[in-house]
Amino acid sequence: MNLLSEPVGLAHYLVVGAFLFVCGIVCMTIKRNAVGVLMGIELVLNGANLNFVAFGSWVLRDEGAASIGLDGQLLALFVIVLAAAEAAVALAIALNYYRTHATVDVDQGDELKG
Amino acid sequence: MDLDRLLPILLSVAWLLPLASFALILFAGPRMGKGGRLSAYVATGAIGAGMVLSLVALVAWLIEHPIGTGEHGAGHTIEPITGELYTLAQFGSLEINLSYYIDALTVAMFAMVTLVATCIHVYSFGYVHEELHEVTDPLVTTSDGQRLKRRGRFPRFFQYMSLFCFSMLGLVIAGNLAMVFVFWELVGICSYLLIGFWHERRSASNAANKAFIVNRVGDFGMLVGLMAIWGGLGTFAFGDSRGPNNQMIQQGIFSQVDLIKDIYGYGDAPDPAAAEARIAQQFPLWHAQGLGYWLLVIAGLGIFCGCVGKSAQFPLHVWLPDAMEGPTPVSALIHAATMVAAGVYLVGRFFSVFTPEVLLLIAVVGCITLLIAATIALCATDIKRVLAYSTVSQLGYMMLALGVGGWVAGLFHLFTHAFFKALLFLCSGSVIHACGTNEMPQMGGLWKKMPWTAGTMLIGCLAISGAGVPLLIGLSGYYSKDAILAQLFSFASWTPAGAWLFYVAAGGAAMTAFYMFRLWFMTFVGQPRDHHLYEHAHESPKVMYVPLVVLAVFAVIAGWTIPGTNLGIEGLLEQARPQGTAGGALGGLLMPGVTLPAESLSHEHEIHVPVTLTAFGVALAGFLLAGALYWWRWFDPARIARAMSPVYWFLRNKWWFDEAYQFLFVRPALRIAQWAAAVDRNVIDWLADNLARSVQLVSVFDDWIDRTFVDGLVNGIAAWTYWAGLGLRTVQTGRLRQYVMLVAVGTVALFVIVSFLRMYAFAAP
Repeated sequence: MNLLSEPVGLAHYLVVGAFLFVCGIVCMTIKRNAVGVLMGIELVLNGANLNFVAFGSWVLRDEGAASIGLDGQLLALFVIVLAAAEAAVALAIALNYYRTHATVDVDQGDELKG
Repeated sequence: MDLDRLLPILLSVAWLLPLASFALILFAGPRMGKGGRLSAYVATGAIGAGMVLSLVALVAWLIEHPIGTGEHGAGHTIEPITGELYTLAQFGSLEINLSYYIDALTVAMFAMVTLVATCIHVYSFGYVHEELHEVTDPLVTTSDGQRLKRRGRFPRFFQYMSLFCFSMLGLVIAGNLAMVFVFWELVGICSYLLIGFWHERRSASNAANKAFIVNRVGDFGMLVGLMAIWGGLGTFAFGDSRGPNNQMIQQGIFSQVDLIKDIYGYGDAPDPAAAEARIAQQFPLWHAQGLGYWLLVIAGLGIFCGCVGKSAQFPLHVWLPDAMEGPTPVSALIHAATMVAAGVYLVGRFFSVFTPEVLLLIAVVGCITLLIAATIALCATDIKRVLAYSTVSQLGYMMLALGVGGWVAGLFHLFTHAFFKALLFLCSGSVIHACGTNEMPQMGGLWKKMPWTAGTMLIGCLAISGAGVPLLIGLSGYYSKDAILAQLFSFASWTPAGAWLFYVAAGGAAMTAFYMFRLWFMTFVGQPRDHHLYEHAHESPKVMYVPLVVLAVFAVIAGWTIPGTNLGIEGLLEQARPQGTAGGALGGLLMPGVTLPAESLSHEHEIHVPVTLTAFGVALAGFLLAGALYWWRWFDPARIARAMSPVYWFLRNKWWFDEAYQFLFVRPALRIAQWAAAVDRNVIDWLADNLARSVQLVSVFDDWIDRTFVDGLVNGIAAWTYWAGLGLRTVQTGRLRQYVMLVAVGTVALFVIVSFLRMYAFAAP
């Protein structure tokens, strides 16, 4: 199955979601800036959101395949709210981190290493 | 107020007041004034109030039931007042309760006991005043060679005396056999506590134990009697229990027994088969046991066995002389006037339950007792022991009288004896108080020093000897002893084979006069034998000799009957006479040859006159012999003792009863105990020791297992966890990005592994 020759369907959305997810992971892994890491987290969450929405869509549904329906949209909304809350908390942590370490480099915060 | 309601209230209050006093002194005794001085007032107040109530009850009784002026001994029985105070427990048809049974005997006993007890309480003020302070006991040496010093026990003495008064009155008022048994044991424990009042003295604690153990032997028989009565009659109550309309609910012991005796028809040549048939019909319980008449015999023997123990009859008389180790007021109250008379009282109370065969046994036992005790008293030198043996002997007289059908005579002697023997004991206490010794050979000439004691004791001696002007007037003992001898004489004239009972009793009367006046002469007249002791002797304080005078008055008048009437103790007792003993003669079912004559027959002129003259003659002979030996000194007693040395030593050693019992019972019991102790030490201890040792071995092994395996497992897990943690801490680098990397790589690795597993390991075939 060649995705490029197919009309846009569920699989394409999943590919975009996976791409977003991997971007987020990579961003979290290589960024030393705490705010950058937070942005990576946002990417991961939105990649997952895309999957939820795609699975819940009536339009993209394959013939005969089950859909999770409105549950997908609801979970996406839930993740968005969660992301907002997480961003508020994480940014507060980042601010405090900056206040104590005078930097936002996450590699400097290794006081709890084993 | 109705007598049926008034008397139970009066007597119950008189009965319970000493209990209140006991409880009060028990909890507050040592704090009552200096050394507990007030406890004496509490106890005396309680028994004194009891005396007033009892005398009121007596007067009320006499007003309601005036003593008839008719022929002496005609006997009309008054229905006793019975009722129930409190039900303790009910087991099926067996009801254990506190109940009362009040007849003339109860009322008279209450008056006598409270009167004597009050006198003795007052006397005790003086006698035990030493116990108010710290006491140095000259007879007890502690392990460091010092004389024992201890706290005074003044309150304790009065506490026990109150408990005793309560128990004794409870025994008298008791309306059922179970209650009698309870109070029977209570007076026993009081006796035990008071004999052992100076329990540091080995002799006192031994005597207390002896009294208690010997009484146990008798009480065993009593329990058998209790069971026999319960098994045969199905009730413990004395009187009938009636409903509100006088209908019968449950027949008491006495009326059932009377009915049984009627059916068997004593003396009328009964037809045994017909009698058994009627019994079977009317007493299903009785006959179901298949014992019939024998059950009544067993019940009587059992009850009498308890009385033998309590009243110190042969062969259980050995405890009473030793009981003289207690304080003298105790000897007077418990071991002379009241508790030891309780056995006689119970025989009197249960008179109708005893079959003629049992009565005959009672008479024989009483006769043997009176002879043995009187002979021992002849040679005793301890002033209190003479009185103790005299008590045993007089109790024998009472039993003898009851046994030959002299119901009033026996109980009459109980009353007169209570007064004069309490008096004699208190006098001896006064002498001991003054001299500090019990040994009569060290006394002598004391009447100048202590005239009150000497005078009252002389009255006591005259009373117990039965002094009087024959056929005219006399002291209390004259009447009661004459009544007993007359009944014996009458019995002998009906049953010639029983004449020896009369001769022994008459001889006993001579011996009584001899040993009592021997005691009096040795103590009060002649030259002082120990001058140091004589110098220190002094009359007792007023608080001690006033009770003596009161008791002396009663010792004189207790036997009197107001001329022209029957108003006197004898007439009062006549009202309580058990049914069926007033007229005619009783013959036994098993021994047709024996006839117990009715008591009224002994008042006939041809019996009364010779008996009175005989009694007077033998008593006078005893008195003259005592005077010849110990007053006028015509003969030297020591020479006579030497001349008759085998007899003398036989009597000095009290017929070797103690030695015989030592050999027959005490020594074997000790031997068995030693053997048991050896078994205990060698076998049971060995077993226990070895068991312990093996348990110890097992536990050592167990400990090793515990330490090696169980601890090893736990410690091993802990160590392993520790090393794992040490290893894992290196992973914990603190680098956030590395963590994310690891999570991502780990997830991918998991995915890959799962995919491979799916593909190869779990692939569908």
